[in-house]
Formats: sequence, C-alpha cells, structure tokens
Amino acid sequence: MAKKEVSYYPGCSSQTGASSSNMMRATQTMCDELDIQLNEIPDWNCCGASIGYGGGGELPRLTLSARNIALSEQHNPGQEIIATCAACWLSTREAKERLHEDANMFRDANTALNEINLKLNNQTPVRHMVEVLVEDIGFEAIKAKVKKPLEGLKIASYVGCQTNRPFGIAEESFENPVYLDHIIESVGADSIPTYEKKVQCCGGALAFSEPEKSQEMIHGIIEAAYDHGADLIATPCPLCQANVEIYQDQINARFGSKFNMPVVYYSQLMSVAFGRNSKDSALDGQIIRAKSLEDIAGK
Amino acid sequence: MSDLNTAMTERYRNSFLMEVEANVEEGEWVKMCMQCGVCAGSCPLGNAWEHTPQKLFMMIRAGKREAVLSSDAMWMCTSCYNCIARCPRGLPITHIMHGLAHYAKRLGLVPKNQPTQQFSQIFWDNLMKKGRVNELKLGLSMYFKDGFGQGIKNAMANKQLGQNMMKAKRMNAMEFFGGHGIKDTSGLQKMIKKAQEIEDAKYQGNS
Repeated sequence: MAKKEVSYYPGCSSQTGASSSNMMRATQTMCDELDIQLNEIPDWNCCGASIGYGGGGELPRLTLSARNIALSEQHNPGQEIIATCAACWLSTREAKERLHEDANMFRDANTALNEINLKLNNQTPVRHMVEVLVEDIGFEAIKAKVKKPLEGLKIASYVGCQTNRPFGIAEESFENPVYLDHIIESVGADSIPTYEKKVQCCGGALAFSEPEKSQEMIHGIIEAAYDHGADLIATPCPLCQANVEIYQDQINARFGSKFNMPVVYYSQLMSVAFGRNSKDSALDGQIIRAKSLEDIAGK
Repeated sequence: MSDLNTAMTERYRNSFLMEVEANVEEGEWVKMCMQCGVCAGSCPLGNAWEHTPQKLFMMIRAGKREAVLSSDAMWMCTSCYNCIARCPRGLPITHIMHGLAHYAKRLGLVPKNQPTQQFSQIFWDNLMKKGRVNELKLGLSMYFKDGFGQGIKNAMANKQLGQNMMKAKRMNAMEFFGGHGIKDTSGLQKMIKKAQEIEDAKYQGNS
C-alpha cells in the first residue's frame, strides 16, 4: 500500500490528557499499520462544536472553521483534511459547504481571516477518517492486515449521530448504516445487525446540561447491547464513547441497573487485531476495562 | 427589553415571519414547512419540550413572537440531525433551531436558568480564551454556574467520575493552570472580533 498523507485535524478532546486522548493514540497506531501519515494542521483551533451556537453567531462560527481550512491549505497544500472527531468533521465540512454556496458569507469570512493575513480558497475536501477506511483502503485490505482476529467477540456497532447525519458516509443509509458492522466483521468479530440503538442520540453536549434526560437515552443504548448479548460497544465518535462509557455508575444508581459495558473505538479494535499491544491500542484509557480485548492483545 | 429587541419589534410589527427570514440563520426556510410532523416524531428529546420544530414553524407564521423566542424548546436541541435527515422538504431544521436560539439570546429573551443556554455560552467563552476548549475548566464552570455552594455539591456528586477520568489520563488537573491552547490566541480573537462586527452590522442594517 502506498503511503497516504493527509492533513489531520485532531480536535480539542484528542489532546494529551483530554477526554478522547485514548482515541488519538489508537488512531495513530491504526494509521501506522495502514501506512497513513497524519500531518497535523499547524495551530488548529476549536471548531465551535455543535453547542457553540448559543454564544457564537453564524459568521464567527464559520470563521473558526475557515481558519483551520485556510491553515491547512497554506501548510499542507494538496492534502485532504481528515478529522476523527464527529463534531470537528461536521463543523468543518459544514463551513466548507456553506461558504461555497454563499458568496457573501465567503467574502465576509475572508475579511475576518484577512485580519491575520490568512486567505481561504476553500478547495480542500473535508473528510472523516471512516471515509478513508471505507472508500480508500477498503474492508478487504483491512481484513488482510489482521494478525489476531477478534474471534468470539460480539460487538454492538454504535454509530451515533454526527458521523452519520447530516452528511453520512457515501452509499450508507441514515437509519441503518452498516460500515461499522463491516469493520467489526473485517477484524474477525461478530457484529449485531439488528442492534436497534445504533443511531440513537446519546444526548451529546446535553449530557452535561441535561444529565437526567441524556442518561435515560444512554441507558437505552447500553441496555439494548446487553439484550443482544454484546461483549463490547464500538463507536467512531469521541462524545458518544465518553457519554456511553463514563456515566454507567450514575446510570446504575439512577435506574437500578448493573451495567459494566466496555465502550471502545473502531481504531482500538483495529489496533488490537493488527497485532499491537494494549498500550498502543490505548486500552489503558478505558474507565470500564475491555478485558476481552486486553486478553487478545496480550496473547 | 433590550434595545435591539425594541428596534426589531418596531420594524417587523406586522410580520414575525419576515423578521425570522431576515435575522435567523436559515430562517428563509421556515415557510417551506408543510406541517407533516416528522421532525416532531424524530426528536430524541421530543418528550421533554413544549414546542416541536413543526409547532415553532407554525407559531412563527402566526406571529407568536414572544412565545417562540422565549421558548426553551430550541435549547433542548442535541444536534442529532435526525430532523434534517428526515424532513421531506429538506428544511435545515437543526440549523434553524440553533439560529432561533442564538437570535433569542441576542435579543435577551432566553428563559432564565436554562441549563443548555448557560452551557452553550460557557463553552463559547471557554474556547475563545485560548482557541481550544479546556475540558477541565469547562466542567468546573458548569458545576459552579449556580454559585459556590452548589458547585461544591456538584463536584462532590461527580467526584468518582473525575477520579476515573484522571486515572485513565483523560483529564488532567494541571489544565487548571493554563492548559492547552493555540499559539496565535490574539490573532484568533482579533479575527472573531472582526467576524462579530460584520455580523452585528448586518443586524443593525436590519433593525
């Protein structure tokens, strides 16, 4: 496989010591194995996420992402922007499209960028890492890299919202996307095709501001995985991962459940299956340990 | 009542729909709603709020200005994009909800102590300080938003969670003293200030 270079936008939660730093580590391991070189966008800023709308108006929010795209065009010319965080991908791609469709907004964003001598050409594709895996690498090539198949593991594919809507992955349905099931099968585990909560919202940012309402939804996401006999839940989204994993104690207290369900990233599944150890696969970043994956990684 | 709210009320006296079209992000789509109710049935927090998007769109057309702008419904949007994915007429409903919420905030009409409205502002202020979100300070600001006593109570209730996150190295106490940020903070702030001025001028032109 020829080396692929991309302009990488990791996002705030992927930084060292932040809530999805484990995703960052597993992403790096996965990309090493797949010969993908991640060239970080120099001095990238926060995308504003979805929740930024209350404080920031339309133009300030679009300008945040415009700065990242402009920096990428300047420092990593000719490389596609690749994000691993659902919100980063959504905000950046949305900004790119909105500034493409609206000439006035494009002009205004560039006026703001001009304050710091940056210029947006807006010619750079903005893609999610999953698109690279599905469209550029392919399931067969992933399968070919597997050294330790995750045999016997039953994994619920929890795609969530923003990796799926509104843009989604090409040729996938919003209501029942199957790419994550295919990744799970490619690394030798069993997917759960009828996992009905795969695109259920976890509450997103409202897990902080409306915990009762969000935890009711998260309860449903975990309960359905248990009902299907899942050993693990896998997801592409950092906020989904955190929301579904870290509140299980509180959910147990609230609902009288006894949940202890590991929630991992697709990149962790792939890292383990590609033969890398627990640390490289960031399994030490779990709050609910993924013992079954640790066992395979330690073999 | 804020000055901007007074000015907007006078200017659009007879048509709240026109006010929304001119001032709310993606507001020009509101009249395309055909009242099918798919958005209402698709919202994950549909059981928690009083006004579904479908209802809000009809209320806008009926001129229910205050009821719309002071509703807490928009603030319960989780940004799941279900409504956008399913709307048969392609209305960018999620963005209209965000736009209505932001416009209500600008006019000073948001319901008091609406937790997501508060979180949204805290999030924005947090990222503006250093160009990147400081998760530790974000969490603490949220715990302490209703005062010191309540903050300690919240922090105690979530003590185990914080300890778990630190043990997994997914939270770092040192972030309290500075923490992650971009290099060109002042440039970013200057850029956003300019963007804000352009947007403000647009509102003023409309008022």
